[in-house]
Amino acid sequence: MSQILDRKTAPGSHALEKILIAQAKQLKLDNGIPISLINAGTQDLVKIEFIFNAGVWYQPVSLQASCTSSMLDEGTKTRKAAEIADGIDYYGAYLEQEVDQDWAYITLYTLNKHLASVLPVLEDVLKNPVFPENELNILLQNKRQTFLVDNEKVAHIARTRFSALIFGNEFPYTYRLKTEDFELLKREHIVDFFNTYYKSDQCKIVISGKVDDSAVKLINKHFGGNDWGINNQQPSIVSGSIKSDAQNKHFIMRDDAVQSAIRIGRILFNKLDPDYHAVKVLNTVLGGYFGSRLMANIREEKGYTYGIGSRIISLRNAGYFFISTEVGADVCKPAIKEIYSEIKRLCDELVPDDELALVKSYMLGDFVRSVDGPFALAEKFKKIMLYNLGYDYYDTFVDTVRNVSSQQLRDLANKYLTENHLHELVVGKMQ
Amino acid sequence: MIKFEKFTLSNGLRVIVHNDTSTPMVCMNILYDVGARDEDPDKTGFAHLFEHLMFGGSVNIPSYDEPLQRVGGENNAFTTNDITNYYLTLPSNNIETAFWLESDRMLSLGFSEKSLEVQRNVVIEEFRQRYLNQPYGDVWLLLKPMAYKLHPYMWATIGKEISHIENARMEDVKAFFKKHYKPVNAIMVLSGDITTEKARPLAEKWFGPIPGGEPNKRNLPKEPEQVEARSLTVEKDVPVDAIYKVFHMCSKYDKEYYTVDLISDILSRGNSSRFHNELLKKQKLFSDINAYVSGDLDNGLFVVSGKLVKGVKMEDAEKAIDAELDKLKTQFVDEKELTKVKNKMESALVFSEMDIMNKAMNLAMSEHLGDADLINHEVEKYNAVTASGIQEQAKKIFTKQNSSVLYYLSKRTKK
Repeated sequence: MSQILDRKTAPGSHALEKILIAQAKQLKLDNGIPISLINAGTQDLVKIEFIFNAGVWYQPVSLQASCTSSMLDEGTKTRKAAEIADGIDYYGAYLEQEVDQDWAYITLYTLNKHLASVLPVLEDVLKNPVFPENELNILLQNKRQTFLVDNEKVAHIARTRFSALIFGNEFPYTYRLKTEDFELLKREHIVDFFNTYYKSDQCKIVISGKVDDSAVKLINKHFGGNDWGINNQQPSIVSGSIKSDAQNKHFIMRDDAVQSAIRIGRILFNKLDPDYHAVKVLNTVLGGYFGSRLMANIREEKGYTYGIGSRIISLRNAGYFFISTEVGADVCKPAIKEIYSEIKRLCDELVPDDELALVKSYMLGDFVRSVDGPFALAEKFKKIMLYNLGYDYYDTFVDTVRNVSSQQLRDLANKYLTENHLHELVVGKMQ
Repeated sequence: MIKFEKFTLSNGLRVIVHNDTSTPMVCMNILYDVGARDEDPDKTGFAHLFEHLMFGGSVNIPSYDEPLQRVGGENNAFTTNDITNYYLTLPSNNIETAFWLESDRMLSLGFSEKSLEVQRNVVIEEFRQRYLNQPYGDVWLLLKPMAYKLHPYMWATIGKEISHIENARMEDVKAFFKKHYKPVNAIMVLSGDITTEKARPLAEKWFGPIPGGEPNKRNLPKEPEQVEARSLTVEKDVPVDAIYKVFHMCSKYDKEYYTVDLISDILSRGNSSRFHNELLKKQKLFSDINAYVSGDLDNGLFVVSGKLVKGVKMEDAEKAIDAELDKLKTQFVDEKELTKVKNKMESALVFSEMDIMNKAMNLAMSEHLGDADLINHEVEKYNAVTASGIQEQAKKIFTKQNSSVLYYLSKRTKK
C-alpha cells in the first residue's frame, strides 16, 4: 500500500437521497371490504391480515376482546379445535390472533403454494366459530396463570398501574384486569362481542409478500360474499373522558425486589396532532435510540441500568409519552434525579447542532430500515390506513425530521415535558 | 436459494457477500468464534461482558455507536455458549463507515478503565433484571450445573455468579481480546445492496492490514456420559409450580441433530402438537408446555419445560410427560404427522430469510458450522428424517439415567 491508512478520521458520509416507499395497491372485495396489496420481496410467501374494530377500547367486560380473538380457532360448526390446528399446521402455515387497544388482527402466514389449501380453514374460523365452553375454561385458566406470573414482575406492574394514573380509572384504555375477572367472563360475552365486531363491515384486509391479483381473487372467493356482514347487534358508541390522577408521584413497595421499575410520563396526543412528528424527534434525543441522552447518562455514564428508553404511543383515541427503566434498588433515587435533570436540560438548553444532526441522520436511516421487505412495508401502510391517512404522512415526517430546529425542540419541551405535567410511578424498593 | 460469493483475505479473514438489490441498506455481520464455553471456570460471564466492552471505543475511534448513528446506522450484538456475534445495518452509500468501525475494533480496543467499570455495572444490572428479578429467572443458573459436570456448558452465558463479573480486571480483558479477537477467528458477512466487486477492495483496505493471528486449538473437556438420573427441588416465591426436564443430545454438527429437532416440533410446535393436545387440552395438566433443543455446537440439551395447572401433582405432571416421550420410543410417528412437521420447518426456514439481517446471520452461522452453503440445504436435511430415525433417537435420549429434572415449586401453593 502506497500510503498509510488513516484510521482516525471517519470516511466521508452521504445523506440519504429520496426515500422511496413501495405503496400498497388498494382494492375492494365484492362485498366492499377494503383489501390492500403489497407485492414485494423475493420469498414465495404471503401474509394475510384481517383487521377488525375489536380492540380493548370496545369491550365492556375485561378479557372480552382478547378472549374472543383467542377463541376463534377453538372450534367451528364443523371442525374441532384439533382439526383446525391440523388444517393449518399440516401446510406449514401459521395463524396468529392479536388484540391491541383499538384493533384485533387475525393473521395467516403461508407459502404461496399452500394458500388455496389453508384459506377454507381460515374462512371457517372467521365465519363459524362456536366458542366451546370447555375450550374457554382451559383458556381462562391458562391465561390466569400467565397473569399471576406477570404480576410478579416489577416492570409489568409498573406498566399496568401507570395506565390508570394517566387515563384515570374509567377510560376504556385503562388496564383494569383483576384475578376475579377470570371467573366473570362467560361464553355469552364472547358470542356477543363476536357477533357485534367480527363482521365484514368492520373488517379491513392487508396482504403482503410475493403476491398478485390472483391471491385477491382467491380471498374474494372465501370472504367477498354477503354472508358475514349482518350485525346482529349494532356496536355501541364507546366514549369516556381522561381523568389523570391528581397526585403526580406514586410508589408501590415490593419487598423482595433487587431492582425497581420506574415509569415517568403523561397523556399526550396521537399521530393526527400537528406536533407529533417534531415531538418524535424530541423523544429520540431524550430516550429514543441507543445513543440517547437517557442511555448515555444513566447506562453508559452511571451504569445504573441495563437499559432505559422513552416512547410516544399513538392510539386511535388518545396518545401518551413515557420513560421506562429497571434500575438497581440501591440507585433508584439518583436514577430518578438524573431522569428529571435530562428532561430539564431539554427545556432549558438548545440541543447542540452536532447532536441534532446525528439524531436526524439516525432517524432517517431508521426510517429506511423500517420499510425493508414486504411485511415491513405492510406495517408502514397499516399505520396510516388505520388512521385514514395517506402516504403524504410519511413525506411530512421526513420533512419535519430534516427541518426541525433546536429552538422548536426547546419550545416543545417546555410545552409538553415540564415536570409538573409528568406522572411518576416506582415499583420495587427505594433505598 | 441464497446466492453468495466468498473470499478469504491473506490474514485469514473469511468474507461472504450476498447481493440483494431490493433494499437500499447493507448489513454487516461479524461472527467471532468465542463464547461462554471458552471461559475460565473462575472467570465466567466474560465473553458476554467482553461483548459490552466492544462498544466502549477502539484504538483509533473513541466511540463506536456515535459515528455509526451519524450515518444512519444501527447495531447490536449477542453472545451464546459458542459464539459472539456483532451486526449492523446502514444505508449502502455509507458502507465504508462500517468497514472503518469494525476493522478498528478488530485491530485493537481502546481498553478504557471507565468503560470497564461502567459495563461491569451494566452487566450486573442485566444479571439482576433478567435472572434474579423475574419469576423463574434463575432456572438456567440451576439447570446447567446439574446437567453438566465437566463441560463448560455448566455455566450460563451471563456467568455463574455476579462476583465473577465484579472481579473482571483490565489484564483479563486484554488477554481475552488478544486470544480471540483476530481475523483468523472471525467470519464477516455482507448482505444487501453490495457486490463482491465493491466489498473486496474495502475489505482489503480496512481489514487486510490486521495481523491474522494463530488459530486457537479448542480443547474442552468432554462431558462424560450421564449414568444416573439427577434431580433438584427448589421452593421459591412464584405463583405456580413448574418442571424443567433436560436430556443430553447430539451437537448441531451431527446429522442426527435434524431428527432430534423435529422430535421437539412433534411434541410442541403449534396447536396441533402432541403436548398441546394431550397435556394441555385433554389432560389439563399444564397451562404452558414446551419442548426444544438447545442447538449448541458441542453436545447439547433436549429441554422440556412446563407450568403446572394449580392443584396438579408434580408426580402426575412428570408421568404424563414421560408417557409422551415413551410413545416416541414405542410407536412410529405416522407419515402425516411427519410431513406436517417437515412442512412447518420448511416454511419457518423460508420466513426466516425475509430480511438482510437474518440472511447475513444465517450465512455466518452456516459458514461457522463448516460451509456457508449449508443454508441452502437445510430443508433437504429435515426432509431426509425418517420415522425409524426418530424412534432410534427417542430411545437413545429419553432414558431416566440421561435426565436431569428441576422441580420448581411455589412456596404459596404448598400450604
